[in-house]
Amino acid sequence: MKRAIITVVGKDTVGIIAKVCTYLSAENVNVLDISQTIVGGYFNMMMIVDVSASKIDFNNLSDGLSKVGEEIGCVIRIQLEDIFDMMHRI
Amino acid sequence: MISKLEIQETNRMIEKMNLDVRTITLGISLLDCIDSDLGRLNEKIYQKITTLAGNLVATGEEIAKEYGIPVVNKRISVTPIGLIGASACHSEDDFVEIAKTLDKAGKAVGVNFIGGYSALVSKGMTKAEELLLRSIPKALAETDVVCSSVNVGSTKTGINMDAVRLMGQVIRRTAENTADKDSIGCAKLVVFCNAPDDNPFMAGAFHGVTEADAVINVGVSGPGVVKKALEQARGKDFEFLCETIKKTAFKITRVGQLVAKRASEMLNVPFGIVDLSLAPTPAVGDSVAEILQEIGLEHPGAPGTTAALALLNDQVKKGGIMASSYVGGLSGAFIPVSEDQGMIDAVLAGCLTLEKLEAMTCVCSVGLDMIAIPGDTSAETLSGIIADEMAIGMINQKTTAVRLIPVIGKKVGDSAEFGGLLGYAPIMPVNSFSCADFVNRKGRIPAPVHSFKN
Repeated sequence: MKRAIITVVGKDTVGIIAKVCTYLSAENVNVLDISQTIVGGYFNMMMIVDVSASKIDFNNLSDGLSKVGEEIGCVIRIQLEDIFDMMHRI
Repeated sequence: MISKLEIQETNRMIEKMNLDVRTITLGISLLDCIDSDLGRLNEKIYQKITTLAGNLVATGEEIAKEYGIPVVNKRISVTPIGLIGASACHSEDDFVEIAKTLDKAGKAVGVNFIGGYSALVSKGMTKAEELLLRSIPKALAETDVVCSSVNVGSTKTGINMDAVRLMGQVIRRTAENTADKDSIGCAKLVVFCNAPDDNPFMAGAFHGVTEADAVINVGVSGPGVVKKALEQARGKDFEFLCETIKKTAFKITRVGQLVAKRASEMLNVPFGIVDLSLAPTPAVGDSVAEILQEIGLEHPGAPGTTAALALLNDQVKKGGIMASSYVGGLSGAFIPVSEDQGMIDAVLAGCLTLEKLEAMTCVCSVGLDMIAIPGDTSAETLSGIIADEMAIGMINQKTTAVRLIPVIGKKVGDSAEFGGLLGYAPIMPVNSFSCADFVNRKGRIPAPVHSFKN
């Protein structure tokens, strides 16, 4: 398993989760966990995904998600989980 | 499981506090390129660099994408050319040819600097090394990405004053050769005492002879992150202050360690070291000076600065050493003037002088760095300043360096513009009393005793 963290931040609107998940499903990326909050009209979502069976490489996945983000007016980032593990776990 | 707060903290550091990996530097040994024929030597150097470093830039960019953290610079360091060119070069121009080859190879693989146009002459100079030193002004004027460094002293050998005297003249000529660009050639030239073999930062990076054939060294940065973390320590005691710096340094260094490991895997080159240095840039919020202000100084240079910097440097090391088993290079806080907006402000406010900077170099890494001084500063005065800085390194068993820029045609009150990461700098006054009779003595300053430490 190769886990990555997706963060989605932007103004709340209809269908953000649907759009992101549709894209991930099309690229065969499995969603393991989702948590989401809305504060002051701002949407903030964090997903843990498994990219090991992804149809496209990480670079293209990252670009693809950025593009989805532009369409729905959010900033979407995907980062391998290791950076958070390294920084916050001894 | 990683929590949402931790993810947000990491991403805030990257997006808002300028956390980045400052450089991935690929060290390449050129020892196997040595040849007595200059043409063949140049050909072998070009082939080796472009073969080994062909994927360096793409790899850096891929890693940046994977972890969502900028990898600002991709660089190369090579074995000191003073050794590599010794049997092929019979004139200064022969050495300049090698500099041009390095420049061409560096540009071909897309790195922004290639370091190692260097000589290690802490005790004496070979004929070839003296030729290399004398060729530096021309080499730096005729190349764009080549960086040069010269080690003129060490705790074990003392200070080679013949080399110090020569470097005063070399710095002046380098300034004159690039006078049309605010003497920028001098920004690519460092004089060292106790130079480390594995430093990833420019302009002083070279690939030491004790190193493997190729090695990946990584320099992390993040003065902005430390500054921001210290905002929570306002009014708190020293213990809280130190704990905060240590924790932050740990987190920053872990990212460096991760990136270094990944780069090493992808390039199939062994991982060398992580350099813990806090390296500022001219960007607002990316400044070591702002950390000193957050610790409690109106400006760097005020009384208390040396103590605050000593504390900062030590805590950065304590936190960083826990985060990576292989720490090396310069590892400390950099205090360049032109590359740090807070330092520039301190100079303009009249708070920071060359003498205070010299005192600060006793307790932090590197030394008198990126300081613009009047264009009429004599070679002897430059040598005197170098000798002082080398003495601090020699006696205190630490690395010290000098990167001074006598800006031709400018005087105190003017400012020099270098552009990009090198920034701009107000011209600082230099003590103009003569030291000519001192630096004109021949020979070397003997190595110091290592006992009787009082």
